[in-house]
Amino acid sequence: MKPIFMTYTKKDLINLGVCMVLSLIIIPMFIKTEYWYTSILIPWLCLALATIGQQIVMGYTGQLALGAAGFMAAGAFAMFNLILRVPDLGFVGSLIVSGLIAAAFGILFGLPSLKVRGIYLMVATLASQFFIIWMIDKFGWFKNYDSSGIITAQDIVILGKPFTTPLAMYLVCLAVTTVLTLLAMNMARGSTGRNWMAVRDMDIAAESMGVSLLRTKVQAFAISAFYCGVAGALFAFCYLKSLEPVAFDIKLSFKILFMCILGGLGTINGAFIGAAFILLFPVLLNSVGNNVFHGAIDATIISSIEQVIFGLLMIVFMIYEPLGMAKLWETFKQNIKSKLPSLNMKSLKSSKVKKPKK
Amino acid sequence: MAYERKFKIGKPILEVNNISLAFGGVKAITDTSFNVLEHEVRAIIGPNGAGKSSMLNCINGIYKPQKGTVSFRGKEIPNITPNIMAQMGLSRTFQNLALFKRMSVLDNILVGRKLHTKTNFIEVALQLPKVKKEEKANRDRSEEIINFLEIEDIKDTPVGKLPYGLQKKVELGRALATDSSIILLDEPMAGMNVEEKRDMCRFILKVNDELGTTMVLIEHDMGVVMDISDRVVVLDYGKVIGDGTPDEIMANQKVIDAYLGVEH
Repeated sequence: MKPIFMTYTKKDLINLGVCMVLSLIIIPMFIKTEYWYTSILIPWLCLALATIGQQIVMGYTGQLALGAAGFMAAGAFAMFNLILRVPDLGFVGSLIVSGLIAAAFGILFGLPSLKVRGIYLMVATLASQFFIIWMIDKFGWFKNYDSSGIITAQDIVILGKPFTTPLAMYLVCLAVTTVLTLLAMNMARGSTGRNWMAVRDMDIAAESMGVSLLRTKVQAFAISAFYCGVAGALFAFCYLKSLEPVAFDIKLSFKILFMCILGGLGTINGAFIGAAFILLFPVLLNSVGNNVFHGAIDATIISSIEQVIFGLLMIVFMIYEPLGMAKLWETFKQNIKSKLPSLNMKSLKSSKVKKPKK
Repeated sequence: MAYERKFKIGKPILEVNNISLAFGGVKAITDTSFNVLEHEVRAIIGPNGAGKSSMLNCINGIYKPQKGTVSFRGKEIPNITPNIMAQMGLSRTFQNLALFKRMSVLDNILVGRKLHTKTNFIEVALQLPKVKKEEKANRDRSEEIINFLEIEDIKDTPVGKLPYGLQKKVELGRALATDSSIILLDEPMAGMNVEEKRDMCRFILKVNDELGTTMVLIEHDMGVVMDISDRVVVLDYGKVIGDGTPDEIMANQKVIDAYLGVEH
């Protein structure tokens, strides 16, 4: 299909339109309960953004990295300090700068990728996770010498207007996520993304074609950390509304890794699908526990079942569909298309025209 | 009828001087020298384990030889890496296919256009007009190569799903996309049937003829080598045992011994 606007085909523009109508009109119109915004939609957007970051470094560039939550913490605390100490930057300015600060950490912790790969790199990148959290805990300056351990995040103010209601915060997250997703798609589809994938699929050949491994890997780590940093800032300011290093522990890194793998490595939409699944699945299990079994099953058992099912799903996906739910969704769409006769009319017509030629 | 070449064979473009390469105690290449002239088709032949692929890997910078130098267009290159050689205009294919398996044929060939891509990732993210212009130019060139290699019908297929012969073609396409002045082909026809081989020969000669690209190829099929190459170098146990035109090589007693075996 030929692109009609920038790199987007007609199909992409329709998809974008549908998403925008859904998220900007349908959701605000029909969802009135705060719970949906504060507990589902906002964390979904934040974590999807972090998962895009993880996708860039792992799904596209093929570098096994495990430290997304560390970069999120860097972004979140950078945001806190920027708003506190450089109020002139404003919310959007602070968000960008905190992303850049996280990117600097990304470059630093991405450097081992030049020498080690695979599971060893994963262990090396764990350093970022522990180092950043340790640094924030160790030096009181990052927390503005707050002794309580949990700092309340400042209110979001953009151009003098406060964004404090759940709906407003949702819109802030939505705007940031949309812009960054589009930029990520542009990169992934353009020459930048091709370099990433070339390094992922066959690094020696990539180098022989003139792709610099150093630049490409470090670039991917930096961009990935930027996305994680921005996501972390949003996560702290819109979802947690507080800042504590414990919130960005290794469990969150693993969660993002799972979102990335279940969603589908090397896809941008997979980041959203994976994040939605991992966030919604426990909610679903809980409501099944409450409504079907009327609380007969203990909550701790439900959370154990959740872990078991995640583990099983990971194994099943690794074996049967390494490209994750995004790929399942593609296959599903194709099946529907081939079963709907009206959509097939075009192909029938074209095949009829061709036949007499033979 | 005398055949007139559009690109006359010229000065040496690539010189390999006294290269020695050892892996631990195993000597892969010993004190080997030869040159490649501009616009020629140069074949490297030899029995299995003669050090042919190691030789290409030394030229390309994947292996670092313990001794010896490689000169490109008369200039000695101190720290060879695949990247530096690519920038100097040397491209290659690999013996065991080194394609980007999850990417489409078109995308694979587009990666070959890397050195003709000057825009950075921020410009790409924002899709500035110059990015679109550059992307279009690169796509047009890639399509040309795809048409030239007659693989239009598979250009959107992920490379990993293609049969071996086609993958070899895609790899040649990727090397061509770099617009390099010299291409190293490591067994471009291995595992192909007669028809595919003939096609491949045709492409190699056509590229050499129309673009003047210097071709260095490793090949086992003697018939093919003698047919398409201008000069042949024969390696055995990491040493040069013959260097000359196909006719000279066929008459060389050492070469015949190496291939047929001889009683000592």
